[in-house]
Amino acid sequence: MSWLERYVRPKIKALVGAKPEVPDNLWHKCDNCGQMIFHRDLVANHHVCQHCNHHMRLPAEQRLEMLFDDGEYDRAELPKTPLDPLKFRDRKRYSDRLKEAQSKQDTKTANKDAIIVAHGKMEGRAVVVAAFDFSFMGGSMGVAVGEGIVTAAHLAVFQQAPLIIIPATGGARMQEGILSLMQMPRTVIAVQEVKEAGLPFFVLLTDPTTGGVSASFAMLGDIHIAEPGAVIGFAGRRVIEQTVKETLPDGFQTAEYLLEHGMVDIVAPRTQIRPTIIRLISLLMDGKPVDMAEASSDKDAAEGDLDIPDSAESGPDKT
Amino acid sequence: MRNFLDFEQPIAELEGKIEELRHLADTGEVNIADEVGKLQTKVDRLITTTYAKLTPWQKVQVARHPDRPHFKNYVSRMFTDYQPLSGDRSFADDHAILGGIGRFRGRSCVVIGHEKGGDTQARIKHNFGMARPEGYRKAQRLMELAERFQLPVITLVDTPGAYPGVGAEERGQSEAIARSIELCLNIRVPLVATIIGEGGSGGAIALAAGDAVFMLENSVYSVISPEGCASILWRSAEEAQTAAEALRLTAQDLEKLKVIDRVIKEPVGGAHREPDEAVDKVSDEIEAALTDLCAMEPGALRARRREKFLAMGRHGLS
Repeated sequence: MSWLERYVRPKIKALVGAKPEVPDNLWHKCDNCGQMIFHRDLVANHHVCQHCNHHMRLPAEQRLEMLFDDGEYDRAELPKTPLDPLKFRDRKRYSDRLKEAQSKQDTKTANKDAIIVAHGKMEGRAVVVAAFDFSFMGGSMGVAVGEGIVTAAHLAVFQQAPLIIIPATGGARMQEGILSLMQMPRTVIAVQEVKEAGLPFFVLLTDPTTGGVSASFAMLGDIHIAEPGAVIGFAGRRVIEQTVKETLPDGFQTAEYLLEHGMVDIVAPRTQIRPTIIRLISLLMDGKPVDMAEASSDKDAAEGDLDIPDSAESGPDKT
Repeated sequence: MRNFLDFEQPIAELEGKIEELRHLADTGEVNIADEVGKLQTKVDRLITTTYAKLTPWQKVQVARHPDRPHFKNYVSRMFTDYQPLSGDRSFADDHAILGGIGRFRGRSCVVIGHEKGGDTQARIKHNFGMARPEGYRKAQRLMELAERFQLPVITLVDTPGAYPGVGAEERGQSEAIARSIELCLNIRVPLVATIIGEGGSGGAIALAAGDAVFMLENSVYSVISPEGCASILWRSAEEAQTAAEALRLTAQDLEKLKVIDRVIKEPVGGAHREPDEAVDKVSDEIEAALTDLCAMEPGALRARRREKFLAMGRHGLS
């Protein structure tokens, strides 16, 4: 061991006394441009960097607040699922990892797993949203998340409401093994039921959406909206690099890349997502009935309008 | 020349001895029939005991055995009038997923499956059974064809996983797999899936969301390869054996978890020792399943399939 490594830092904290009561996260560093952002600005700007427009990951609760009218929504209760169904143990017990992830959550809104199912109004219309919580074990999909999506789909059909799913996930949860894989067909059936009920199914692809989630319900939306810069793909970047033995270009597997390759409909900045979805829901669901109603009630007026050109044509004679 | 797995070394040695003795008997006049007989009994017993208590990792090795019967071996023995069909009608023909139409024990069927290839050249041609989006899109095409003509679908799953390449991503690997799963669940004809070797993650479930799902005794089916899991969770690929145990990827565990419907017994010493026998055993199970499923009304069939998958994962290992 060299003397450099034996160097001991002077204990400044001990010299100046107790730490003042200041939250240690007043300033955030943008992971893209490296600029510092004041925490209030960050929240006001919905976690989008004001310097470079980089869309940082947004906590699931804030995501829901942004979508619903006045930020108000109700959370659906999710059915209980078996905890640690395989009795999985890697370097740690999976049941301990789960407890740890659950204890990190805010006690008020404690999430039992990586998904929140919410229902509320968007522009006055009932909508069901299932949002992944990336901070909970990387938003990975196991039985509980699958159950969340099935619940959300059933709720949407019950309320005759559109369904929006917002993945933010690395993929399947390894610690639930094959049961995680089985959430792929399971969630596919769930969204099929929504589509068969004639209801729109939106996928809002956020950073990241990869693996088993992208290869199941997340690519089966009626409309795919993605956030700028979000990483979306099947295989992880590292796995691909190891397979093809070359470094991948910048921008590979980003939302913009997927747009170019025909896999998403829209790349929308965070602030535009709510108005975009509201507009689309209205276009998809208010198609015929509204036009027909307007057409029939305005029929007389329309005929009256048609008379105008006639009278206008006869106008010159009169003058 | 037979390929032996590392844990089969004692078997290899005994069989080598028998071979030597037989060679001696052919050249000399010594009568060693007794000795050979004894050794044969010994080796038979050794194979039986070895294969009766394979560890999950050993099963992974057997599932990947190069001499294990592959898609082409199954098809040539199971089908008459087999006509391979190619292409996804949009980009290319993938060689990792093969398919076609043929007569299986008198019944016209569509068959789709992964082909890993039997030798180095074939393995390269078939990309080691790792399909690109074109493969899944070809599968979708064939499933639609089956539905149009009311033919049952037989799938044979044997893949390390979907191919993780740049082109595959570019052409929508995720969407191709998702759509395949959707179609498996949607078609109004029976779909019988059998994991004959490796059931590797999304690449496998894309063809395996069926009315009946079978697994050969020494095949494996998992959300991730043990090597991949070990390098992520243990941060060392060396722990693949431990990961194989933790993942519960054996046919026996999956039957307990109600993810598959039945385990199909393999010939003593694994499917690679008696490939024809293994194919026949699989055929018998598929035939029995098809007889039941073909009698069902198409709508009821689909509803039952959906219910089955919706219930999955609600129970763990007890």
